[in-house]
Amino acid sequence: MEHFDYLFAAYSIIFIVIFGYVAFIWRRQAHLESDLRAMEERLRQLKTEAPPPEVKSAAQK
Amino acid sequence: MKNKPTAALGWTTLLLMLTSLFMVFEWVPTEEDQGIVQRIFYFHVPCAWVAFAAFGLVAIAGMFYLWLKEPLFDDLGYAAAEIGMVFCTLVLITGSIWAKPIWGVWWTWDSRLTTTFILWLLYGGYLFLREVSDHTPEVARFSAVIGIVAALDVPVVVLSVRLWRTIHPAVLVTRSGEHGLEDPRMVITLLVCLAAFTMLFAWMLLLRFYQLRMGTRLMIIRRDIALIEAAAGDY
Repeated sequence: MEHFDYLFAAYSIIFIVIFGYVAFIWRRQAHLESDLRAMEERLRQLKTEAPPPEVKSAAQK
Repeated sequence: MKNKPTAALGWTTLLLMLTSLFMVFEWVPTEEDQGIVQRIFYFHVPCAWVAFAAFGLVAIAGMFYLWLKEPLFDDLGYAAAEIGMVFCTLVLITGSIWAKPIWGVWWTWDSRLTTTFILWLLYGGYLFLREVSDHTPEVARFSAVIGIVAALDVPVVVLSVRLWRTIHPAVLVTRSGEHGLEDPRMVITLLVCLAAFTMLFAWMLLLRFYQLRMGTRLMIIRRDIALIEAAAGDY
């Protein structure tokens, strides 16, 4: 079992880096999903609140 | 990300990774000259394969972006470059750990190592550019060109053991044209590890690509909101 520490270190680093990267993706995904939901809701709100173009042009007259 | 094909790919990848670990630590025979440390090879080579495949994909996506100007290819190239960088880093680290007990040094400016390090620097530059720049078509176009040019180093890395004098072993295809694995179980283990890492790459690419597309969608919605709010302000 000579050099087992090198083998252990190599495989540990591989899994730490891969899991770390996947964890980074998952965390970012959770943020993105909540941001996207909030923005879609805001857009829906704005679209219902905003006067339709014909009303707006009538008001401008 | 929660769709069924991605989840199925993720579980299959996990199963294959566990099988690979079992084969590497329990099934494959120990190499006579190097001993147990040679088992680093079974994950070191697949890491290199994924890095090369990812950088190749960056180049292909870059070409399609320059041709069709479709942001989808820009996101694909970005996702592939990021994953390629992760695996290229792993190649350099695991190679260094393997080199210490076998060559007696952590690092040497050997042709294979040097060209791999250059590849790492090139894509590091690509990702740095993406990170510090805005998400504009000009940046996407420039990144596509860098991604294509940087990928030219991939064949140089692969052929470096044949082109120059090197201490890096040419195990997969030796200079005599045969593979250097002495036992069929070593070949099978390597193939299973390659399959596991290829699936891991596909899974990670899907996750990251989907995420980048979502980011693009978020950017468009933010722009629409800003436009509506500005129009409402004018009104």
